[in-house]
Amino acid sequence: MAQTLAQKILQAHTDDEIRSDGQIVQCRLSGVLANDITGPLAIKSFRGMGATKVFDKDKVFLVMDHFTPQKDIDSANQVMVSRRFAQEQGITHYYEGGDCGVEHTLLPERGLVGPGDVVIGADSHTCTYGGIGAFATGMGSTDIAAGMALGETWIKVPATIRVNITGTMGRWLRGKDLMLLLIKTIGVDGALYKALEFGGAVVDALPVEGRLTMANMAIEAGGKVGLFAVDELTRQYCAEHGRPGVTLDLRADEGATYERVVDIDVTGQEPVVACPHLPSNVKNVSECRNLPVQQVVIGSCTNGRFSDMRDAAEVLRGRKVAKHLRCVVLPSTPAVWKQCLKEGLMEIFMEAGCIVGPCTCGPCLGGHMGILGDGERAIATTNRNFRGRMGSLDSEVYLSNPAVAAASAVAGEICGPDQL
Amino acid sequence: MNYKGKAHKVGEHIDTDAIIPARFLVTTDAKKLGENCMAGLEPDWVKRVKPGDIMVAGRNFGCGSSREHAPIAILGAGMPVVIGHSFARIFYRNAFNMGLLLMEVGDDVDKINDGDELEIDAARGVIRDLTNGAEIVCPPLPQIMADILARGGLVGYVKERLASR
Repeated sequence: MAQTLAQKILQAHTDDEIRSDGQIVQCRLSGVLANDITGPLAIKSFRGMGATKVFDKDKVFLVMDHFTPQKDIDSANQVMVSRRFAQEQGITHYYEGGDCGVEHTLLPERGLVGPGDVVIGADSHTCTYGGIGAFATGMGSTDIAAGMALGETWIKVPATIRVNITGTMGRWLRGKDLMLLLIKTIGVDGALYKALEFGGAVVDALPVEGRLTMANMAIEAGGKVGLFAVDELTRQYCAEHGRPGVTLDLRADEGATYERVVDIDVTGQEPVVACPHLPSNVKNVSECRNLPVQQVVIGSCTNGRFSDMRDAAEVLRGRKVAKHLRCVVLPSTPAVWKQCLKEGLMEIFMEAGCIVGPCTCGPCLGGHMGILGDGERAIATTNRNFRGRMGSLDSEVYLSNPAVAAASAVAGEICGPDQL
Repeated sequence: MNYKGKAHKVGEHIDTDAIIPARFLVTTDAKKLGENCMAGLEPDWVKRVKPGDIMVAGRNFGCGSSREHAPIAILGAGMPVVIGHSFARIFYRNAFNMGLLLMEVGDDVDKINDGDELEIDAARGVIRDLTNGAEIVCPPLPQIMADILARGGLVGYVKERLASR
C-alpha cells in the first residue's frame, strides 16, 4: 500500500499492521516530554499508576521553560516536584536554569528528537518536531505519565491532508506566513484529528527553521501532526544540531491516499497577521491600518530561533523602537542567545531600545515578562491570539513573523518591513 | 452511569485558555482549578454551576493547549459531562483520561437550550432534554476509550497493565 508520511513513521514503531487510517495502534516511543506546568501532574499520575521507574532515563525530557525564571512562590514550588523526580529517576535530560530554553527549540537543537521518531509531549506544540520528520504530538499529562511508565502509547492513525505550496516567495515571506495562510484556508479545526503533510517547491526549499515554525502551528488548525519529508536540508540540520550520521531519506509514497489536497500559490503574497481572537483571522499586513501597539514580543517556540532573531535585527538595525511601547526580545535557547551575542544582534536590539530577556515561554501564555493590561494591544511572533492569552481579557494579540513584529515596534503600529 | 443536571451552553472554539487561564496553572488541585473554571470566558462564570450540572458546547471545544488542568477544572467545578458538537483532540484524550465523559453529538447539540434540564444514560449514549422533550443518541465510544473510562481514567487503566506485567 502506498503510504503517507504519518503511516510510514507509525508503521516503523508498531507491531500492528497499518491497513487504514482510523486504526488504533500501539506505538513504541522515541521520546516523552513534559514541562514545568505539565510535569507535576504527569508525576502525580505516574505515582498513581503504581509505576516506580521511567522506561528509559535518556528518553524522558523535562524542560522547566514556561514560568522560568520562576515568577512566584507557587511556580517555584511546582518546579521542585519535577526537580526531585528527575533526581530520583536519574533523568539525563532535565533542564532548569542556565541550560534551559523553550522546549520545542531546545530539543531539536540538541538533537534529542530527530527524523522518523515518534515523540509525545505534554505540551500542544510538541508537533514542532514534524519539521524534521518526527511524528510528534501533544497529549495531556496522564498520557505522558503512561508513556513515561510504558514507553509506548496508543495512537489513532490519522487521515492526512496534503498541503502543496508553490510559487515565488516574497522577500519577507516566512514559514509563519505560510502556516497562517493555511489556517486561514482550512480554519482552526480544519485538520481536527488529522495529519498535515507539507510539500511542493516552496516547502522543498524552505530552511528547516521555517519548517519547524510551520509544524509548530499544526495544532492551531486542530492537527495531530504537521509533517515534512526528511531530505538533505533535514540531514544537514541534524548534523549541525547534535545528531550526526542521519542517513534516513523519508517521503510519502507516490499514490498515497489523502483525505484532502490543499494547493497554495504564494506568488505576490505579502506577509500576513492573524487578528484577534483566532489564528484563522488572517489578513495581509497592509490591510491592517491604524492599529497602535503597546507591546511587541519576539520569541517563543514558534519564532525564537536564530533565523528569527536575524530577521528582527535586520529590520531594527539603525532604527529605534517607538516611544510608549515595550518591545520584548526573548531568544528561545541559550545557544540562540549566545549566537545573537556573537554576531552582534544583541547590540542592535539594545541600540534600538528593545528589552532583551531570558529564554522563556513567559508572555506567550500570559505567564510573565510582558503581560497586557486592560485595552492594550500586542503584536507577537507567538502562536495563539485567543482572548486573554497574553493578559487582560480586554487585550488583543496579533500574530506575525519576526520581521513584521520588528517593523511594528519601530512604527508604533502594525506595519510590514517594506512599509517603514 | 446516569446523570441529571442543568445545561450550561457555551459557544464554538472554546479554548483551554478560556476554560482555565494559564495564570491559574500553579496548582493541580481540582477544587482550586474548579473555582476558576471558564474564568477566561467570563469572570465568575462558574458561579452559575451546581454540582451535577452539564456543560454543552459548540464546535471544537477544548482547542489550544494540552493542559490537563482544563478537564480537571470542569470536574472540579462539579460538572461530570460535556456534551459537544465536536472536541479538540488533545482535550478529548485528556477528558477520558481524567474520567470526564464527553459526548460528541454534532449538529444535534442545537436541540439543547441553555438552562434546560438534561438526563443522560451514559451506557446507552442517550441524552434526554426534559425541558423540551428532545432525545439525542450519541455514537458508541471506541473500545479503548470505553475501557479507560470503565477504570475511572487512564491511571487505573495503566495500573492494571503494570500489575499484569
